[in-house]
Amino acid sequence: MLNQYPLWKYILLVVGLLVASIYALPNLYGEDPAVQVSHRTKSLTDEDKLLIQQTITGKELTVKSIELKEGHALARFDDTETQLRAADALKENLGKQYLVALNLAPATPGWLRALSAAPMYLGLDLRGGVHFLMEVDMVAAIKRLEESLLSDIRSTLRDEKIRYRGVRRDDQGLHISFRELEHMEQAAEELPRVFRELEFIEKQDTLTLHAKLSEAAIRNEKKSALQQNVITLRNRVNELGVAEPVIQQQGDSRIVVQLPGIQDTAGAKKILGATATLEFRMTEGTRSDWLDAEQNGRTPLNSILYYERDGSPVLLNRRVIVTGDQIIDAASTFDSQKGTPAVSVRLNGKGASKMGDTTREHIGKPMAVVFIENKIETKKVGDTITKHRTTTKEVINVATIQGQFSARFQITGLESQEARDLALLLRAGSLRAPVEIIEERTVGPSLGRDNIEKGFFSVMIGFVLVLVFMTVYYRGFGLIANVALTANLVIIIAVLSLLQATLTLPGIAGIVLTVGMAVDANVLIFERIKEEVKNGNSPQASIHSGYEKAFSTITDANVTTLLAAIVLFTLGTGPVKGFAITLSIGIITSMITAIVGTRAIVNLLYGNREIKKLSI
Amino acid sequence: MSQTAVQSKQKALINFMSKRKLALVFSLVLMLISLGSIITKGLNFGIDFTGGYLIEAGYQYDVDLDRVRSALAEAQFKDAQVQNFGSSKDIIVRIAPRADINKATIGDNILAILKTTSDKPVEMRRVEFVGPQVGDELRDDGGIALLVALGGILIYISLRFQLKSAVGAILALVHDVLITVGVFSLLQLEFDLTVLASILAVIGYSLNDTVVVLDRIRETFRNIRKTSAEDILNISINQTLARTLVTSMTTLLVLLALFFFGGEIIHGFATALIIGVIIGTYSSIYIASSTLMLLNIHKQDFLVVAKEEVVDDAP
Repeated sequence: MLNQYPLWKYILLVVGLLVASIYALPNLYGEDPAVQVSHRTKSLTDEDKLLIQQTITGKELTVKSIELKEGHALARFDDTETQLRAADALKENLGKQYLVALNLAPATPGWLRALSAAPMYLGLDLRGGVHFLMEVDMVAAIKRLEESLLSDIRSTLRDEKIRYRGVRRDDQGLHISFRELEHMEQAAEELPRVFRELEFIEKQDTLTLHAKLSEAAIRNEKKSALQQNVITLRNRVNELGVAEPVIQQQGDSRIVVQLPGIQDTAGAKKILGATATLEFRMTEGTRSDWLDAEQNGRTPLNSILYYERDGSPVLLNRRVIVTGDQIIDAASTFDSQKGTPAVSVRLNGKGASKMGDTTREHIGKPMAVVFIENKIETKKVGDTITKHRTTTKEVINVATIQGQFSARFQITGLESQEARDLALLLRAGSLRAPVEIIEERTVGPSLGRDNIEKGFFSVMIGFVLVLVFMTVYYRGFGLIANVALTANLVIIIAVLSLLQATLTLPGIAGIVLTVGMAVDANVLIFERIKEEVKNGNSPQASIHSGYEKAFSTITDANVTTLLAAIVLFTLGTGPVKGFAITLSIGIITSMITAIVGTRAIVNLLYGNREIKKLSI
Repeated sequence: MSQTAVQSKQKALINFMSKRKLALVFSLVLMLISLGSIITKGLNFGIDFTGGYLIEAGYQYDVDLDRVRSALAEAQFKDAQVQNFGSSKDIIVRIAPRADINKATIGDNILAILKTTSDKPVEMRRVEFVGPQVGDELRDDGGIALLVALGGILIYISLRFQLKSAVGAILALVHDVLITVGVFSLLQLEFDLTVLASILAVIGYSLNDTVVVLDRIRETFRNIRKTSAEDILNISINQTLARTLVTSMTTLLVLLALFFFGGEIIHGFATALIIGVIIGTYSSIYIASSTLMLLNIHKQDFLVVAKEEVVDDAP
């Protein structure tokens, strides 16, 4: 008999739809305002949970629930006001080893969460937040490596007692010059053994040894610069207190940073892109020497001319005592005597012993703190793109060493916001190479809300319009197609929720478009059935051949659309990708619901019985 | 199956093919206008492709745009473009990439200036910055995406059908894309990433439509003997006409919902697709089939598979 499905097919369809409904369900529950608490170094325990509980209830605030997940705690609240007050209380009470961040947590009931069902992951254009694309300045990273190799080469030559005239670095690489051929040959033998990452070429005519980084070394350096920067950025983002941030490598020189729900974007940008660090150096000469050096532009052999913030000149020793890399902890505070903003720092072992030695030897002499910031900016003039690098070095403070100190001390001479930012930067570690923000997309919270509402509304309107149209045009069969279309929408949402693919506004547009195009398969089938009926075939035979003949057409038509969607996915970025994802999922699910789904209902209604007329 | 053919022939046929010369001229004119406009006026590229800054801000009452413009001009933003966005309370400020502005603070600077133009709070709704290198990349990637999509489709259709059909389908595609982009150029609507995405969706849709018609043409060629190619094309188009119109109708319904209720950001996207769907519906009727006529399509083109079919068809 025609038009009958075996029982297992019905069971499969019903079970499939049921599963889809369950996984689509979390989207119906809203979100709770929440506060996320984590610790800098450890996972939170039940003890911390208790402490959080007490802190919140101590302020007479009501908390809906507190749960521990993946090492952090999540406290849910009824409204945003309680959330904000609780966050303030927690920040105050828990101490600076804890990170407190505001969050919106899905209010998915426990039994659904047990099935690991979760709502769709909303993109930044829907929930509000900042998206940054940063480019790591690889040229600077390589330069930095070459410079450190340069000083290593110098000391190796000294240790090996090989006499040389000078070493320098330019865009071609490193150049080591000699007075005697014999010395150069000695060096050419010795250096490659120590510096495997360099390739050496002897230039007899100029008595120079030319050294270049090998391809592998450059690749390695780029890779580690990128990874190091990702780690530093992650530390900085954690310091900012952002829940669910995304920090990812993209390509071989870029990093994507996404901070959902952040309000102070300017502050975030400043912190993320900052390359600020410190150097400690002894001063050279007297104040009048400094003024002389500025006036006639000549500096003594072992010193460099710097400027203080007020523009007055300072001569500093070429030798750096301690750099910012050796600072392991920093906090902004106030100077106990003068009450001015200060940063208290702690050095690692190596830094502490160097600082200890220096201060012991130089009691009563002035030491300077140099603030260094690298900036890079890409500009486009006409069709040429150029990168501008600027390095700002300024002396923020010159103070007389009162007594010996090593690991812990204070730096003054900063504004209070500067002190806070610098402390954060020193804590989070410095960037291996400067980064530049090359793309930013910030969506305010109200626009995000608007986008969701409008997106949802237009899906509903479009959906209802199509339902009405199909019912009017195809009557009974139209209703069947509508059931399939509804199932299709549920399945798309379930698949998106399960994949946790990012839903963006163009993604919603993709769903809307899918709703319009999903009925196409049914239209093709129904028109075929109509034709068959007109050609004088029995209703049963018409249904059968209608589905059969339309099948290859439907496949051809959908494969081509899918092709376009896949191209879009592989070549598109961000929001466009979201569109490609929903469109692709929609095409695939609509083929299932429109062909198998409607057929099941048609078979159930019409199969295995006498029919005179089809409602089509 | 020749019974189908006889039945179909008895149906009142719309003689689409008799007007194909007229349609061809009509399409050519549209394409020439589009091309001319794209060459002379160009496209109004959004910051996705040009690079630059975009700030959307919400006021609490209708904005006096001139006041905003002069406030911005005073603060060294003479080149700022200020427009209403969606409603008379929302504005959008666009600034071309410039050497002398610090991008880290530009959004806040602009917002601070906007706040001076109103005594009620002004709310930041959106800030976008696209660096020059990203803009160029997005444009190149977009172009590549279009070409790859067209190439992939040409190959798929050549394999599934044959070259003449593929040429017809691609011409229909080029026709649809060119005219859709042409409308954007003529009206100087903003062309951004989402519009590019919807152009690719137009490709998918237009193809979908054309493939359905081609599929039917192939089937009719195989089933009906001793009929002119023109008649066969006419029959096929008529048979698929209801489907073509119904699907376009449902798609247009949802697109109109998106156009009217989806919000300002998605406007360009919906506009491109609406134009694309209308043009695509027309082109699937006329362009692909007219091309087949021009390429002198005949029965043998669809019988490349095997000789047995010829044997099967023999009386």
